[in-house]
Amino acid sequence: MTSTLLPILDESCRAAGCESRGQARRTAYWRSLDELAETADFKELLAREFPSQLAVWDDPVGRRNFLKLMAASFALAGITGCTREPLETIVPYVRAQPEITPGRPLYFATAMTRGGYALGLLAESHMGRPTKLEGNPDHPASLGATDALAQASILDLYDPDRSQTVIRRSVIETWDHFLTALTTELGPIRERRGEGLRILTERVTSPTLARQLEALLEDLPEANWHQFDPAGFDNAYEGARQAFGRTVETRYDFSRADIIVSLDADFLSTLPASLRYAREFIDGRRVSARPTSMNRLYVIESTPTITGAMADHHLARRPSLIEPAARMLAGQLGLDVGQPSSAAAEDIVPQDWLRALVSDLNAHRGAGLVIAGEGQPPSVHALAHAINQALGNVGSTVIHTVPVMARPRSGRESFANLVSDMHAGRVDTLVMLGGNPVFTAPGMLDFEQALAQVRLRVHLSEYYDETSFLCDWHVPAAHYLESWGDARAYDGTATIMQPLIAPLYGGRTAYELVAALAGKGGQSSYEIVQDYWRGELGEANFGDSWQRAVHDGVIPQTAADTLDVRVTSSFGNERASPDAPPFPDGELEAVFRPDPTIWDGRFANNAWLQELPKPLTKLTWDNAAYLSPATAEQRALANGDVIEITLEGRSIEAPVWTLPGQADGCVSLTLGYGRSKSGRVGTGLGYNAYTLRPNADAWFAHGASIRKTGGHYKLVTTQGHHNMEGRDIVRVHTFEQLQSGAAGQHKHDAEPLPSLYPEYEYTGNAWGMVIDQTACIGCNACVAACQAENNIPTVGKDQVAVGREMQWLRIDRYYHGSPQDPETYFQPMMCLHCEMAPCEVVCPVAATVHDSEGTNNMIYNRCVGTRYCSNNCPYKVRRFNYLQYTDEITPSLKLMRNPDVTVRSRGVMEKCSYCIQRISHARIDAKREMRPIRDGEVITACQQACPTRAIVFGNLNDTAAEVRKLKGSPLNYGVLAELNTQPRTTHLARVTNPHPDLAAPAGDEPKPRDEGNS
Amino acid sequence: MSDSYERDSDDRGAAAGLAEHGRPPVLEPGHTYATVTDQISSIVLARRAPRSWLFGFAVSFVFFMIFLYAAGYLLARGIGIWGNNIPVAWAFDITNFVWWIGIGHAGTLISAVLLLFRQAWRTSINRFAEAMTLFAVACAGMYPLLHLGRPWVFYWLLPYPNTMTLWPQFRSPLIWDVFAVSTYALVSLIFWYVGLIPDMATLRDRAKGTFAKISYGILAMGWRGSARHWKRYETAYLLLAGLATPLVVSVHSIVGLDFAVSIVPGWHVTLFPPYFVAGAIFSGFAMVMTLAIPLRAVYGLQDFITLRHLGNMAKVMLTTGLVVAYGYLMEIFFAWYSGNDFEWSLIVDRALGAYAPVYWSLIVCNLLVPQVLWFRRARRNVPLLFAVAFVVNVGMWLERFVIIVISLHHGYLPSAWGMYTPTVWDFAQFFGSIGLFLTLLFLFIRLLPVISIFELRELVHETSAPPA
Repeated sequence: MTSTLLPILDESCRAAGCESRGQARRTAYWRSLDELAETADFKELLAREFPSQLAVWDDPVGRRNFLKLMAASFALAGITGCTREPLETIVPYVRAQPEITPGRPLYFATAMTRGGYALGLLAESHMGRPTKLEGNPDHPASLGATDALAQASILDLYDPDRSQTVIRRSVIETWDHFLTALTTELGPIRERRGEGLRILTERVTSPTLARQLEALLEDLPEANWHQFDPAGFDNAYEGARQAFGRTVETRYDFSRADIIVSLDADFLSTLPASLRYAREFIDGRRVSARPTSMNRLYVIESTPTITGAMADHHLARRPSLIEPAARMLAGQLGLDVGQPSSAAAEDIVPQDWLRALVSDLNAHRGAGLVIAGEGQPPSVHALAHAINQALGNVGSTVIHTVPVMARPRSGRESFANLVSDMHAGRVDTLVMLGGNPVFTAPGMLDFEQALAQVRLRVHLSEYYDETSFLCDWHVPAAHYLESWGDARAYDGTATIMQPLIAPLYGGRTAYELVAALAGKGGQSSYEIVQDYWRGELGEANFGDSWQRAVHDGVIPQTAADTLDVRVTSSFGNERASPDAPPFPDGELEAVFRPDPTIWDGRFANNAWLQELPKPLTKLTWDNAAYLSPATAEQRALANGDVIEITLEGRSIEAPVWTLPGQADGCVSLTLGYGRSKSGRVGTGLGYNAYTLRPNADAWFAHGASIRKTGGHYKLVTTQGHHNMEGRDIVRVHTFEQLQSGAAGQHKHDAEPLPSLYPEYEYTGNAWGMVIDQTACIGCNACVAACQAENNIPTVGKDQVAVGREMQWLRIDRYYHGSPQDPETYFQPMMCLHCEMAPCEVVCPVAATVHDSEGTNNMIYNRCVGTRYCSNNCPYKVRRFNYLQYTDEITPSLKLMRNPDVTVRSRGVMEKCSYCIQRISHARIDAKREMRPIRDGEVITACQQACPTRAIVFGNLNDTAAEVRKLKGSPLNYGVLAELNTQPRTTHLARVTNPHPDLAAPAGDEPKPRDEGNS
Repeated sequence: MSDSYERDSDDRGAAAGLAEHGRPPVLEPGHTYATVTDQISSIVLARRAPRSWLFGFAVSFVFFMIFLYAAGYLLARGIGIWGNNIPVAWAFDITNFVWWIGIGHAGTLISAVLLLFRQAWRTSINRFAEAMTLFAVACAGMYPLLHLGRPWVFYWLLPYPNTMTLWPQFRSPLIWDVFAVSTYALVSLIFWYVGLIPDMATLRDRAKGTFAKISYGILAMGWRGSARHWKRYETAYLLLAGLATPLVVSVHSIVGLDFAVSIVPGWHVTLFPPYFVAGAIFSGFAMVMTLAIPLRAVYGLQDFITLRHLGNMAKVMLTTGLVVAYGYLMEIFFAWYSGNDFEWSLIVDRALGAYAPVYWSLIVCNLLVPQVLWFRRARRNVPLLFAVAFVVNVGMWLERFVIIVISLHHGYLPSAWGMYTPTVWDFAQFFGSIGLFLTLLFLFIRLLPVISIFELRELVHETSAPPA
């Protein structure tokens, strides 16, 4: 029986040992069915009475049927399309009036946290339903931009797989029962002054929660609070401690940096301030606006990242070589640190490279920036601090502040202590507020075994996940858009997070749970957060100041104080030897990385993120073991070959993916995959790299070995060919060429080509777009934003495998140069709204037509689906609904959709519309006010999300418009313009800024070379 | 074409009729009006269906059912059940369409064009070829409908007055296609039916059963065979032939334009219209041969479909095959001579890329194998002719696959290159359509005279020695 029933039920049932307990776990979505739903008796009854129904349930591909059944169960549970508004007063961001104008969205400031740090957002609310997230321009970490994870988090809100009820050992319970039980359990603990009570949180920056926990610990001094984040920043804190003797938060000001050196630091995508850093970094390279100077980026890294892709000079080195590299750099700059032996030195950093770098840094004292990555041990961070101080960068590009995190201590030690206490039976009650340690704890610690030693296990989380499953009590957590809260940004600026909608599934917050632990079970998050800020903002006039704080999304004067710290003399020499550790033949270094789309695994059930192509590999729905082309060739491994990776006695199996630019001698593994309980989307995808991880702050490890198993696994990518084949697709110039005027002239840019058809005339608006390829960092934020804005469905791995992904906007990634260390170019590609559009001519029913403002419109109603338009599109940016991809059944997903955008059914073509719904909104506003549409009034979704402002949209007939200015740049060109398609979206050539002494890697005309994974 | 026959020294010697120059006759000697009429009409009226017919029909019908099942599933799920994707948005669907339309060319060519050129040898095969044309066009017509994303609104491609006040988009070659194919289908049907009328009357007169008498009687439209009837009939038939002739050229030219109008490398070739017409005739004759050879063997029609017919058809195949080969050569030449990187890259991809085996199979099937037809002995070797015709049929299907799929999979932006892999439903729909075609053909063989009786009687009249 157990082997064939519905996979989710079956798996959870088996894992729970339901036979032995005699009772199956209930998945939350079945709460409206009879309690018998998962007992063996019921299944038997089902099989006996409704054999045909059983077949439906058995059918592993019958997902749609399953959804139909689910819809019925939702309907019974009363979670259908009604809006549920919170009782507390929330404050609209843009307009103060409380009325809602139907059809016009309201925006509310709130924030999302990742790794505890806040990213300020504006949530778009249609009739009480949040549908889209934008960055809050006032928020220091956002500056109006968002990343892909933030864009996709709206899908998490409406995810039907989210936990929907309190569960006590597989039985549905209520919050009240939980409170009662908790009070009972806490009685003896209180008597023991908290002994045996442990609280495990993720990184906490929330001032309210921190104070609550501190108060609780004061009350129960024997209790303890641990923080654990699998992708935390322990190394940075520890490095600062080594360098300065105290814990320091370091933030950077890239806007002042001319020479940037990244020591394995992916500062463009993984840091809490990455969006801001990306903006500042690109502002220093925006030659289209400021053609006089350009910053230069040197990157040494082991695994290719988007930061590495932006480098002017890039070195791929296995992770253990980066510390010696940092020592060599420090030594050259006159610091007294141990140097690697000269024999090894040339292999670590080539002499000319080092010389160029040092001369650059010396020439730009105070305007250099050396940043060490979290993937490197504390000693490298300490070295970076010392170098920055020696170069006078501190105070200019590098700013030290008091830590933003509450209780900034080593998460690794704290967590390791907790686990060893658990193993030793010293933990009686463990309350986990968020996180999923059973999945994310390093395999070495054997957290699962430790958890079994704990008497009472409580877990608050959004999903009924691996940890919830092993806990006595599971409490569903509210999504951040459903709950009040607060959090600090990377610089300490606090934001009050306001809910946009009442909890869809009765979620609770950490505030409420901690209040319950403190014996104040009835308090709401609203009261708790407001209480805290009443103290901070002052009782006087609190109503106004609270209103303002909530409205703005940032609270002024809450940034962390800067610190004046000096590097201690003994920094960095304490534990590291100057030479790289020995590297025996046949062994590899294992590198761990958070996944670029699902992060540490918390977004595993988010289909948008699963289907979002990873920036460099363009893989979807899986992780892989990344090897350099040379290492793969040496071991006779091809893409998809399954290897067994063994590290310190533990091993996992993973498919190989050769990644140009990966350092030789290491295998990179991304975390977050291999979830066993993550809902219907994320369960069972990829492999779990946490199993191999020795420590929570260990991002690489020596002594990994790999063995080919002979198996093959199908990895699915959205781009199969990575070479431009000598075609003039991404144009690249050097900064020198640009300044000497050599850039921009090209054989294809002749006078306008003749056309059989007359040119259109535009008397009103003429929309156009420019994409700056110097600014595009390939981060995918635009892709996710487009998906959220335009109701774009996901299709699943099988459909991506046959080339039917639906994202309107894709980021093409091309390599140029040797596979060992290629240059990487990103090219955002969507419908270019050609003036002489090849698609328009061939549509037999005029379903794709030019409009009076120049956009190429897709008329879904009229489309019969001949697909000739796609065939004739040289850019292949059209997407076809080969099957019914849009889930029209799941009720919660209906709430999520943008009401301004048609939901497409099967059989119709779709593509980028220039966010025509946003143009319409602006046009209506302008008409009502009897004025033309202003420049910047129409912002497309991709443009709005873009952290680097690489995308500019506007009216080409407006002489003052920014887009028009950019079209006049010598870097401006139309991709494949020689076809006379006259694209309205043009690209600005990429400009690189290599050091003149190093061979210029950027060529105007890339030569074809066979590399990559075609 | 006839030059080679002038020098023929036919070992069959004293042939009658048009065999005066020593070539094989178009009608074996010794036939009278009665024997001709008997032998052909008996297939329909007198003889029981042979086992081979039953077997063939059963197998075809099974495939026809597969066609319906695949189409039903397609309508229920969407064309995602096929392997089509982005960039290869057309694949088996349009390949099959062009293939069938091409096959549908021989009928009208044989009936109309050869009639106008007074090629008497066409008589034995025209009826059969016309029927084949109709059925092939019926099969072809299925694909443009089924391949639509939303087939239930196919009529939006027709210019009809509607409340949306919308016309089709006349710049699109797909609209031209709608007109070309529907016109061709209609004219072919009328031409075929008009050609059948005198024979319907014959069948009506010879039928024993009441149902047959009434059915054929209605279809004969009161034909009495009077001199006035014949006079008007001949005029009408000739006029229809004149009407049908340009269609032979137009249909496939327009199908060629479906591709040539686009800007896809590998499609944007000015040569396509004539090259497609030649390819269509090539494949059409190959299909007539593929079907006629078993037919004459099973029903003993060797006297009517003689080696002369087969030889002539082989020559047409050879000629059009050479035109097609020229087309292949010119595609390569254009790509090279234009200096267009995209075109040249596509040619290289055809020859060396992922689908290279398909391309080389095509070259073998369409370019190399038909060269045996240069030899007269080969043209008289019936099994060999059958084999060559069959290979050409396969080759022509591959040609369309090469043009459509390979061109699409290797477009302008390398980032968008992709592969197409057919699914089981692609194959089901393709083989199913062959089932549909054969089912119709078997029914035709059973219900209507496969060879024009009255025209053969004319031949008898012309070929028999004048009464002593």
